[in-house]
Order: sequence, then C-alpha cells, then structure tokens
Amino acid sequence: MTALSIQNLKKTYNNGFVALKGVDLDVQRGDFFALLGPNGAGKSTLIGIISSLVNKSSGSVSIFGHDLDKDTVAAKTCIGVVPQEVNFNQFETSMNVVLNQAGYYGIPRKQALQRTEQCLRQMELWDKRDVVSRRLSGGMKRRLMIARAMVHSPRLLILDEPTAGVDIEIRRSMWEMMQEVNKQGTTIILTTHYLEEAESLCRNIAIINNGQIIEKSAMNSLLSRLHTDHFVLDIARPLSAAPIIEGYGIALSTDTVLDVAVPKSHGLNRLFQALSEQHIEVLSLRNKSNRLEQLFLDLVQ
Amino acid sequence: MNYSVAFFTILIKEIRRFTRIWPQTLLPPAITTALYFLIFGKLIGDRIGLVHGVSYMDYIVPGIILMSVISHSYSNVVSSFYSTKFQRHIEELLVAPVPNYVILAGYVCGGIARGVLVGVVVAGISMMFTHTTILHWDIAAAVFVLTATLFALAGFINAVFADSFDDISIIPNFVLTPLSYLGGVFYSVAMLPGIWQKIAQANPILYMINAFRYGMIGVSDVEIELAFAMTGGFIVFLTALSLLLLHKGIGIKN
Repeated sequence: MTALSIQNLKKTYNNGFVALKGVDLDVQRGDFFALLGPNGAGKSTLIGIISSLVNKSSGSVSIFGHDLDKDTVAAKTCIGVVPQEVNFNQFETSMNVVLNQAGYYGIPRKQALQRTEQCLRQMELWDKRDVVSRRLSGGMKRRLMIARAMVHSPRLLILDEPTAGVDIEIRRSMWEMMQEVNKQGTTIILTTHYLEEAESLCRNIAIINNGQIIEKSAMNSLLSRLHTDHFVLDIARPLSAAPIIEGYGIALSTDTVLDVAVPKSHGLNRLFQALSEQHIEVLSLRNKSNRLEQLFLDLVQ
Repeated sequence: MNYSVAFFTILIKEIRRFTRIWPQTLLPPAITTALYFLIFGKLIGDRIGLVHGVSYMDYIVPGIILMSVISHSYSNVVSSFYSTKFQRHIEELLVAPVPNYVILAGYVCGGIARGVLVGVVVAGISMMFTHTTILHWDIAAAVFVLTATLFALAGFINAVFADSFDDISIIPNFVLTPLSYLGGVFYSVAMLPGIWQKIAQANPILYMINAFRYGMIGVSDVEIELAFAMTGGFIVFLTALSLLLLHKGIGIKN
C-alpha cells in the first residue's frame, strides 16, 4: 500500500511563478524516504500542498488511499508535519503546545495528556514540559515540533529539514529518534540539505529540481551509479608536484595533501602500491565529500 | 470525528490568553470606564439633569458597557488571530482535520467571552456610581451577546486581511471608536439638530446601544425590532464572509 501517492501535481503562484510542473510520486508504507532538491526547487511547495498549507493548482494527493480533497479528514488524520521553521505559539508551555495539537485532532483530554507525556518523553523533553516554549534551545524547539507532530500517532511523518541549524550531537540523537519512530511503523519523508543524513537514514530517494522530479530510486541503486570516489590523502613529506599515476586523477591541494579521484574499476590497492613505489608515505585517508553529494550535484547541475 | 474537542481547545486557549495578560485586557477598561462614570456621569452629569426621564449617569451606563463590549470582542479576535498568523501557528490548525466553521466558532467565542467578561467588569464598576436596575433582562442579555458576536466576527475578518500590526489597529482607532462615540453613548439622537439625526441613524452602533439601553432602563431612540434585525443581518453576512475567506484560504494560505 502506498503511504503517499501524488499525481500530476501542479502549482502556479499568483505572481506567475510555476513551483511545480506536474509531480508524480509514490512513497510506500513503512519507508524512510528522502526528498532532496536545491533551494527553490519546489520541496516546500510540495510539502505545503500535502499538509494543506498551500492550495494546489491541479493534480491529486492521496494519503494511505484517502484523497486529500474528497476524504480530507481521514487524509489529514494520517499526516504529521514538522516544518522547517518554528511555528508553535512561543508564549505557550511545551506541554500546552503538544496538548493543544492533540485537541485539534479531536483526542479527548485524558488520552491527550497520556499521548503528550509519551511524545515529550520520547523526545527527551518531559522535564521541560512547563517551560515556555520560546525559552527552549534551538534543538529542543525542533524536538518539540516532532513531539507535536507525533501526538496523534500519524502513519506518515513529514520532516522538513528537521536538523537544520542544530549541532552534530543533537543531530545524531535526532537521527536515532527518527529511526526509532520509523521502526515502530511510521512512514517518514525527510527533506534535508545534509546529504550524509539522507544517505544514512533513507532507503528510497527522490530528487526534485525546477518543479519536477528528476530522479526517483532506491538509495543503494542510486549510489551504485557513482563511478568515481574522491579521497583526500595526507602524506608524510611535502611534494612540489602531484605524482602521476595512470588511471587516477591526482591534484596537489597543499604540499602535504593530495586530492585523488579513484575510479571504482581501479580501487585503492593499486593507488597505494603506485604511491609506495614513488616513495610517498600516506599518513591518513578520508572521503573528500559525501557520495550522495556528488551524485546530487551531478543531477541538479 | 469529535469536533467539540477541537472547538473547546481553541476556546480555552483563547480564554487562557486574555486572562493570562489581564493587566492589558481586563484592567484598562475598568480604569477607563471608572473615569467616564466619575467625570461624565458624576461631575458633569449632575449639572445636565434628566435625559428621557432618567438621570444622566443612568442614561450613559448602558452605552459605556456596550462600547466596552464592542471594543474588546473586536480587539480580542483581531489581535489573537493576527498573531496566530504572524507566528505561523495557524499552521497547527490548517494541518489538522479541523473544519473552518470550528476554527471560526472557536475564535469568535473567545472574542465573545472577553467582550462579555469586560462588559460584566464595567457593569460592576458602574454599580459604584449608580444603582441602575435592569428592566428587560432578556433583551439586554440578547443585545449584549449578539453585539459581542458581531464585533468578534468583524475582528476576525480584519485579522484575515491584515498584513501588519498597523492593519489591526486602523479599524478600531479610525472606525469603531468614532462610530461608538457618535452612536449615542453620551447623548440622545433627539438632541441633535435636523440633518444630523438622519446621519446618525446610518450608524449601526446607534441601534445596538439604544437596544441595550432599552433592555436596561427602558429608553431608546430606535425601534428595538429594527436593531435586532440589523444586528442579526450583519452577523449572518459576516459569518458567511468569514467562512468564504477561510475556504479560499485568503490571507492564510498561499
């Protein structure tokens, strides 16, 4: 069963800007799905339409088989949305932010209190329940929005750049939380500019650019298309020129750092053997960029 | 789905909002109206004598109460709903399966609650200066609630169209306040010279104030039936307009 099915979705804003030019997209139940695209590609418009914040121009959206226009209540009940920017009442306590959202979904008070506690505990915010939300740190505000989005137990959770602007430690803990939520059966759609995040968490991916889906596949199959890996090598002794090794593209970044393009067909063993023959001692090795980042740039440029 | 839970969630949130900030919402009308009663009612009123057979103080009490109801039911909804838009937590409601009429009812009832509470506070203050008895409870109560409803709806529409905080103060300052003062709060229309009586009758607030005055002290410059018909007509029109705006997403959706 598809969690989300979008057909020929188009959106033209009043100023004439065409944000979506006919998007077709299916996301399967239980998936952890990445929706990537550069700024202005149409991601936020697409999420806005799915979450009823933006009026579409034409096309259809259905969530777990419920058409968003014809079966609105059932469709909306299936979705939870974590937006890019903070959009809760900053004068309410964390508890009331989540509790009010439960009320909007028609959850009776007693049950809403239980769900609110569960969600705040899951997001490690229970001890902050009486704190006025504007006093929370940036990471806590993001987690509060996730707790709010989950209070009605949605089957589809849409996370629009949930880790933007949070430090690496919080980002990692949020990854664990998202994985846990997905394991419990919630389908997740994630948009992010951290491609490492998408590569680590998501099983399937779509890339949107200029209002159109330009790539849609399993993450593994997309990454397998990458023919060349880029590495950075720190070397023991300074060089005045980059060594020449057949089949590899090597550039001297500084006199002790080499940038190396390694074709998958050649591998690393031959590289190290050749460097060793030229008496170049390698101290350490790291990826120049995330693999998905290279593919993403190739696709959108 | 049980929409009453969503309705009461909005309503309770609204009531909590204006009671939390009571020094801004409940205290000022108490002080302002106490000054009105002291200056206009007591100091000046004693020299004016009777109006329509009642003391000047008793004559102005209904108008001052209703003027507070108008001002506060309007300003509660306009400021709360605009702030909901401004802070973008309107999105919490739009994402959820809350029908437009429930959103409207929640905010309007919040405005009515503040209008009624302020009206009761002002009525309580008036008791310190005079002991007016209410002659027609049913008419007074109906006008009280209907007026609060009408201006809460008007405040909602103002908030929908507002793009800045300036936009939410223009109507209260430049339309509502002058119309309230010219709506016969402090005088009877019969005191106005010829043509001004006709002009004054084009002011809808005149009808509500006089209907409320009739409910309290049995004195009115207008037909009570006409006042109810006008207020009811405006409520129906503004409700339909508000629902249309919400349906189209004007001012709240792209």
